[in-house]
Amino acid sequence: MDEGRREFLLKTGKFLVLSAAAAGAWDAVVAGQPDRAPEAYRMSDHWWAMAIDIEKCIGCGNCVYACKRENDVPHEPEFSRTWVERYYLNPPNSEHPQVDSPDAGYFGFPEKYRDEGAKSFFVPKLCNHCAASPCVQVCPVGATFESPDGVVLVDKAYCLGCRYCVQACPYGCRFIDPRSHTVDKCSLCYHRITKGLTTACCETCPTGARMLGDLKSPSDPIHEFLRVSKVHVLKPQMATGSKVYYKGLDGSVR
Amino acid sequence: MEALMQGVEGFIYPNEVELQWSVLIVLYPYITGLVAGAFILASLERVFKVEAVKPTYRLALLTALAFLLVAPLPLQLHLGHPERSLEMYLTPHTSSAMAMFGFVYLWYLMAVLVLEIWLDYRKDIVILWQESHGWKRQLYRAMALGSDDISERALEVDDKVGHFITVVGIPSAFLLHGYVGFIFGSIKANPWWSTPLMPIVFLFSAIVSGIALVMLMYQFVSWYNGRPVQMNCLDTIARYLFYAFIIDFSLEMLDLLHRVYESDESFKTLNFMVQTRLYTSQVLIQIVFGTIVPIGMLAVAQLVKLTDRARQGTYAVAGLLTLIGIFAMRWNVVIGGQLFSKSFLGYTTYKMEFATREGLLPAILLMILPFVILAVLVKLLPPWKDLEEETVPRMH
Repeated sequence: MDEGRREFLLKTGKFLVLSAAAAGAWDAVVAGQPDRAPEAYRMSDHWWAMAIDIEKCIGCGNCVYACKRENDVPHEPEFSRTWVERYYLNPPNSEHPQVDSPDAGYFGFPEKYRDEGAKSFFVPKLCNHCAASPCVQVCPVGATFESPDGVVLVDKAYCLGCRYCVQACPYGCRFIDPRSHTVDKCSLCYHRITKGLTTACCETCPTGARMLGDLKSPSDPIHEFLRVSKVHVLKPQMATGSKVYYKGLDGSVR
Repeated sequence: MEALMQGVEGFIYPNEVELQWSVLIVLYPYITGLVAGAFILASLERVFKVEAVKPTYRLALLTALAFLLVAPLPLQLHLGHPERSLEMYLTPHTSSAMAMFGFVYLWYLMAVLVLEIWLDYRKDIVILWQESHGWKRQLYRAMALGSDDISERALEVDDKVGHFITVVGIPSAFLLHGYVGFIFGSIKANPWWSTPLMPIVFLFSAIVSGIALVMLMYQFVSWYNGRPVQMNCLDTIARYLFYAFIIDFSLEMLDLLHRVYESDESFKTLNFMVQTRLYTSQVLIQIVFGTIVPIGMLAVAQLVKLTDRARQGTYAVAGLLTLIGIFAMRWNVVIGGQLFSKSFLGYTTYKMEFATREGLLPAILLMILPFVILAVLVKLLPPWKDLEEETVPRMH
């Protein structure tokens, strides 16, 4: 083999090996930056929210169950990404609602109230994915953050476990995962919604009381829902920019 | 589950059953408060030329340093991931009040306290270096940073710089503790904490607790060393304690009055909490025995002519009650702020553990530790050295 041919083969070999490596590296880069991948999920195209129809919630607890299974949430009720509350007002204009949430609603609600003339309803709760999140504001290292598509997320590899964000959330949506000693909360099933699926709680709700919505998608039914319904957010006086919209929310709900 | 729900009354959000901040987080504002208060007392002499408190100047500085060294430990023990705490320095989140702790702390420790103590002691350190042998000689030499220049000119420069640092130090001490108050006062989700008065209340209670601590330490150290207590000094400290206490109490009562008069949506819930779960720690320990009684005792010592011995006893008891009262105040803020649900519909209970990472035992050890550090510091840098040169007779 003469020198020229050997050199040609060496160079070609090197070129092939290197370009394969570069392609692999590019895949890795793209995996970390979905926005850069062609035909894939682009964060800037979405702005996630949730709509909840109180009248439709029957308190079955499927959403709580599904959330725990889907997101590997500790079984105990004091670690809840989502939960359901039952309100009972007797008389219906009572200033003192009786509220319960046995096991965070995981097993549904055993019948408790039979009085005529009283008012009772269920309120599903979850992280409000606030646009001006007090929890994000206080995190000392930025381990919890608002994603460009409007979801409040936690970087578990970065969280100190100082619990300041738990104190700052007005809605009680955060807890410390006893296994990782870091904070945990509803991620709006980010791993699902970025693949075009809906959240586990919405998926299993038998009455369609929960509806994931993309406020940046013009064809999303949430626009119609917000247009035709009287909606409210929880604790509007907190001015957190909550993006969980309740239809039929009673003024007694805290 | 049932064991967990014991102590829960009414409705609370499921995630609220467990308290997030334990007794260790009570210690954090308590200890930083003692630091800020002790420093402010020390600066009375230096900046405001209150000559009477001179005998406590160095003791107050060393006390502040001993407590400041311990201040981050309860936080560190409390973190779920203490090994990540350095991230607060490396990647601080600028909108977080807590992220600034590291910087305020370091500034105060290194730029103010250590520097001021070093400048004040530099002459002593050089003399100790020259007089001692063996490892001690090496230690003092290292502490003097190798410079043995104690000429009049050099000491004059030390004094000038020291004065400047004290002037910078006063707002720094205010910042250190006002900032701790802001950590709580800026949480809008929690009506028990959320008030712009919080940093100011924290600051004045800090001054009160720091002065009370130095007053007690001065009496104790004098007794321990068999030196007479200079009553002029003690009376002056007690007078400042009295004034600071009046301001502190007025601010706290203003906060209370404001809450009662406004009666906003949280009032019924908080009022019920104070009447029941917080009654002992808030009404009895903090307000009655920790504030009104010591203020009364200090007032009596001002108004009635008491013997030296009687005054010393009065100050000692009043100082002790003050320290207990301010601790109760920190407890009621930190723990009280977590006993009610943010739904305003129920309450939970704090179940303090004993020999766990965040239990009572580490809390007690953390409160003893500053006194151990102080004992070492006092041995290393005797605060009464230059007093001996004055005409204070020794008792034995």
